[in-house]
Amino acid sequence: MRSPAPSTSSRLSSVWRTVVPPVVFGVLLIAAWQAFVVGAQIKPFLLPAPSAIWQMIHQNPALIWRASLVTGGNALVGLIAGALVAVVLAGVAAAVRVVDHLSAPIVAAIAVLPIVAVAPVLYTMFGAGSQLPRQIVAGIAAFAPVFLNTLRGLRQVRPVHRELMTAYAATPWQATRAVTLPGALPYLFSGVNVAASLAVISALVAEYFGGPQTGLGSLITSAAANSGYAAAWAYVFGAIVVGLVFYLATLGLEKAVSRGGRTA
Amino acid sequence: MTDIDAVQVEQVSRVFAGGRRTVTALDDVSLSLAPGEFVSLIGPSGCGKSTLLRLIADLDAPSSGTVSVFGKTAQQARLDQDYGIAFQQAGLLPWRTVAANIALPLELHKVPASARKSRVAELLALVGLEDFASHYPDQLSGGMQQRVAIARALAEKPRLLLMDEPFGALDEMTRERMQTELVRLAAETGAAVVFVTHSIPEAVFLSDRVIVMSPRPGRITREIELGLGPAAERGERLRESTDFYAAVTAVREALHGEGAALPVGVETR
Repeated sequence: MRSPAPSTSSRLSSVWRTVVPPVVFGVLLIAAWQAFVVGAQIKPFLLPAPSAIWQMIHQNPALIWRASLVTGGNALVGLIAGALVAVVLAGVAAAVRVVDHLSAPIVAAIAVLPIVAVAPVLYTMFGAGSQLPRQIVAGIAAFAPVFLNTLRGLRQVRPVHRELMTAYAATPWQATRAVTLPGALPYLFSGVNVAASLAVISALVAEYFGGPQTGLGSLITSAAANSGYAAAWAYVFGAIVVGLVFYLATLGLEKAVSRGGRTA
Repeated sequence: MTDIDAVQVEQVSRVFAGGRRTVTALDDVSLSLAPGEFVSLIGPSGCGKSTLLRLIADLDAPSSGTVSVFGKTAQQARLDQDYGIAFQQAGLLPWRTVAANIALPLELHKVPASARKSRVAELLALVGLEDFASHYPDQLSGGMQQRVAIARALAEKPRLLLMDEPFGALDEMTRERMQTELVRLAAETGAAVVFVTHSIPEAVFLSDRVIVMSPRPGRITREIELGLGPAAERGERLRESTDFYAAVTAVREALHGEGAALPVGVETR
């Protein structure tokens, strides 16, 4: 006696349709990579085989895990600090026009500047043994998208809501709390989602310029310099996982907030 | 009438200065509303009917003339929360439940939580949405959203209700049902109502008096007193009565400027 409900089975089949094709494609790609490297006898320094990379991951899970924690930790500290500063400044810029005008060029500069380029300067400022330069780099990178999105959200008050607040004789602070802030929240979190990937990339790349040799970025460079090509790729794999975790976690946050926020 | 007028508009003009050309939205408009009276403002787009309502609500200020609400300035009346208001867009806060949306004005005016809760329950019953208290606005139909907006406007038992085409975005059937409900609500609460619309049957069905306006510049061209009986007795039968048709015809002719309006208590000023 097995008669699954049609809705369950159709939902299952839709999951199959969305999950199976990319998985099959990925497996085929890796198989083709393996076949190409083995068949054409590609030198490992050009491109190691997936089997060799997997072997390295399998041999050093603890090392990759620790390095991921260092890089991920730097990215997280930077993301949180950068986002906090961005939200506060966006609030001030939304409330005070002059601040908005004054900060616009600086924010534009931060948004286009390759922030990792300042890493060497920060290493000389804070010393080569400190993680702080990487966290600052990640923070600056996270700042711009959160600031711009939050500011946009704060400005997105619908006229009908503004009039309603006037009709209720609400104080500016009451109107901010009842209408402006809840309306801006989904914007803030979509900014955090963009910022999360940037923070991870920045924290990782900042390691290429010096500092303690404990993170994924440092290990990638040192493995490559010591002809450990498969090992370097194994750390790259770790970096992908860290990036994915950040992306998915913040995406989940964004979804949760906009579901509560109902900004369909 | 011994009571003070609910609304007194005296020789009000509103001119919008817009760069090269200025627009006279309202030109020398006077109007008064008795307590509990239901008055509709009707006219084509640009006749200033919404502007007039916004002046009464103190969402805008007149260029000249005075607006008083219950004997106070419009601003004082707004600060004292003497009116409730509903717009064409329901304007609900999408992140609040139906109950929390209705509670919003009570919250802003620091009504204690227990009183708030019982008042919200009362209002939900009044507009027939008891089962939807914890729904979010996007889970409701347009008509239900508008009912929430009306409940919100009634939250503080205002003696004056200002409505700017609240049913404008609804389909005809929902619209007629909402009109029947509004007539009942207005009668139950005893509030005076200023109702902006561009639907003739809507104005006739709802109102004690219809104010006909014309555009460029916005002026009151005619006031038509309707004698369609007490609000409580208005229902579907009224819509099919000859009195109703006669009144619709009178308003239509007033709107289109044909001189020969039917004598349904026509009053010209």
